[in-house]
Amino acid sequence: MSPDAMAIQAAEVDAGRTLVQVLHEWVTTVDHKRLGILYVLLALMFLLIGGLEAIIIRIQLMRAHNDFVSPQVFNRMFTMHGTTMIFFVVMPVMFGFANYLVPLMIGARDMAFPRLNAFGFWLTAFGGLLLYFSFVGGNGLYGAGNAPDVGWFAYAPLTSRAFSVGHSTDFWTVALLVSGFGSIATAINIITTVLCLRCPGMTLNRMPLLAWLNLVMAALVILAVSPLTAAQVMLSVDRYLGGHFFDTQAGGSAALWMHFFWIFGHPEVYVLVLPAFAFASEIIPVFSRKPIFGYPAMVAATVCIGFVGMTVWAHHMFTIGMNSAANAFFVLTTMIIAVPTGIKIFNWLGTIWGGKIQFKTPMLFCLGFLFQFLIAGLTGIMLGTAPFNWQLGNSYFVIAHFHYVIVGGIMFCLFGAFYYWFPKVTGRMLNETLGKLHFWLFLIGFHLTFDTMHIPGVLGMPRRIYTYEPARGWDTLNLIITAGAFIQGFAILIFVVNLVFSCFRGAKAGNDPWDAWTLEWSVSSPPPSYNFASIPTVGSRRPLWDRKHPEDPDYRYE
Amino acid sequence: MATLIIAESAIFTIFVVAYLFYAGKSLTGPTPREVLNAPIFFSICLLSSSLTIHFATKFLEQGRRGAFLGLLSLTILLGGLFLYGTGREWYRLIYEHGLTVSTNLFGTTYYSLVGLHAFHVTAGLLMLSIVLLFGVAGRVGREQSSRVDVLSLYWHFVDAVWVVVFTVVYVVAR
Repeated sequence: MSPDAMAIQAAEVDAGRTLVQVLHEWVTTVDHKRLGILYVLLALMFLLIGGLEAIIIRIQLMRAHNDFVSPQVFNRMFTMHGTTMIFFVVMPVMFGFANYLVPLMIGARDMAFPRLNAFGFWLTAFGGLLLYFSFVGGNGLYGAGNAPDVGWFAYAPLTSRAFSVGHSTDFWTVALLVSGFGSIATAINIITTVLCLRCPGMTLNRMPLLAWLNLVMAALVILAVSPLTAAQVMLSVDRYLGGHFFDTQAGGSAALWMHFFWIFGHPEVYVLVLPAFAFASEIIPVFSRKPIFGYPAMVAATVCIGFVGMTVWAHHMFTIGMNSAANAFFVLTTMIIAVPTGIKIFNWLGTIWGGKIQFKTPMLFCLGFLFQFLIAGLTGIMLGTAPFNWQLGNSYFVIAHFHYVIVGGIMFCLFGAFYYWFPKVTGRMLNETLGKLHFWLFLIGFHLTFDTMHIPGVLGMPRRIYTYEPARGWDTLNLIITAGAFIQGFAILIFVVNLVFSCFRGAKAGNDPWDAWTLEWSVSSPPPSYNFASIPTVGSRRPLWDRKHPEDPDYRYE
Repeated sequence: MATLIIAESAIFTIFVVAYLFYAGKSLTGPTPREVLNAPIFFSICLLSSSLTIHFATKFLEQGRRGAFLGLLSLTILLGGLFLYGTGREWYRLIYEHGLTVSTNLFGTTYYSLVGLHAFHVTAGLLMLSIVLLFGVAGRVGREQSSRVDVLSLYWHFVDAVWVVVFTVVYVVAR
């Protein structure tokens, strides 16, 4: 049966079902593609919520002595914004893409444990729900404020019963605990899938870089999220059983929480950024019309980032007063990790170099990523130097740095990935004009906000203040930052409109709109539920190139 | 299961680090030296249950159902004995020495670490009991031996963790 005939048949089957039946199918699904889509939709919903919180923060800081929200609400907003964006936007969206793409790329029919996969998704979804339920239930019996307001890293003793009455902190703890278990389940699934379900001929050496990077990402999730889980259990013991883990008055240590949190927190950055690298490593070659430059070096650099990434956590803690041996160690490891990251940047540049570059929207976003991620890395090296960090730690310079990583690096790759794989998922292209508008608006907004944000940091503006005195030279800068935030918000709205519009009215994509080389483009768009009617056999890193060019296949050269 | 064990090891590592970090830092008594007695008999019970489950799976592979069920029951019995031992020790600590989670840092870290392990023993016992129930009902045959093998891997892990916990709690940080 031809793909078109199958699509028609599927549409007929769809037409015969009621809404309840369709919903029931989505809720009970164990198909990796549907779960991937659910992950992405969940993340998009939280992206809009988290973005709204960012806008509220920015309106409050727009001018000195503003009173748009109260200090209490401001604390809740930055806590919820951070927690939401990290745990319920970027992580789920990366898991969603991994879920959707990894089995397709390695020629498998599903993930290794489909039901565990569904379990992981629903844990994440309910974790997010719990976090937001705190707006309703966080009051407790004390009338003591609702949503968590302890910052996204929740330092002790702010989280102790004395300073955080009510249940808001507990909602935060339990939400992260629950979604953490979901993340670990998904990570186990990804590792098993990549290691055990590759199709014949797909050796580790021929695996698409996306699968490699997600493998390392999953390993990091297992090693990083587990300590967070342990730390959250300890915090709950403190709060509910009267324990003293982080209670300094009974000999406990607030610094220990910092260590435990950042043992999670820094690898988490790599958990988020490795899938973004994965997107760039798939998109840049296709739109440069060249195979990836230095494949083995890319893999080696990825694994190296995985290992070194576990040893740099305390560079978040230079300002708490560690001894000089610890400071020196963490400065050194932080410098070392710049090396594999630099290798990656050079390899992407090497891929573009001399290629026939096509400036389609996915490629535009990846080029933006390359430039911005470089700058983010450079400010990272500045902040990774202990003396510099003592000066600017906890200032807006830090905020500018990590938003450069997460928005300028990760989000840009992510948008590129949306434009690149949307045709595969829905069978329709995203609108290119709206896409370019989205790119340019977002780029302008991004640079307006986050380039400017470095300056008040250098001028001494600390993070997490709800307002500031006029005439410190921060006023105009903050106004510019807020203006940029609105432009970004508007660009995101264009993106959402584009998603909805193209989903129903977009041009038909066909199986392989980008003339790409990995296995997911060999099946129909959207792929059938069983992915591959017959399991493919591959002979090189670019199986579709071999099929399209039998006269000059890749495996002659590998 | 190997990946799950790595994840679990990371969780235990954090608790062990916390225990060692806070060893001797309690501001008030009782201290471990005053109240802890090494539960040697019950530890031997738990460790030997690793042997019994190992041979149980071997017998299952060979299709010797009776021997499999017998050794599986013995494993559960030994694990249960260990839990009873933990329970008795906690009873003694709580009622004779007044040591609870909130007494001091030692109490907090001790109950969390040993409790986390006991929780894993309980989970393992539940899973083993389910296998036993299915086995008695005649549903566990040679074709399930690889699954039981995975479960035994978990049980070995729980035992190995006890070696670490025992060393840390009753030897190193005494």
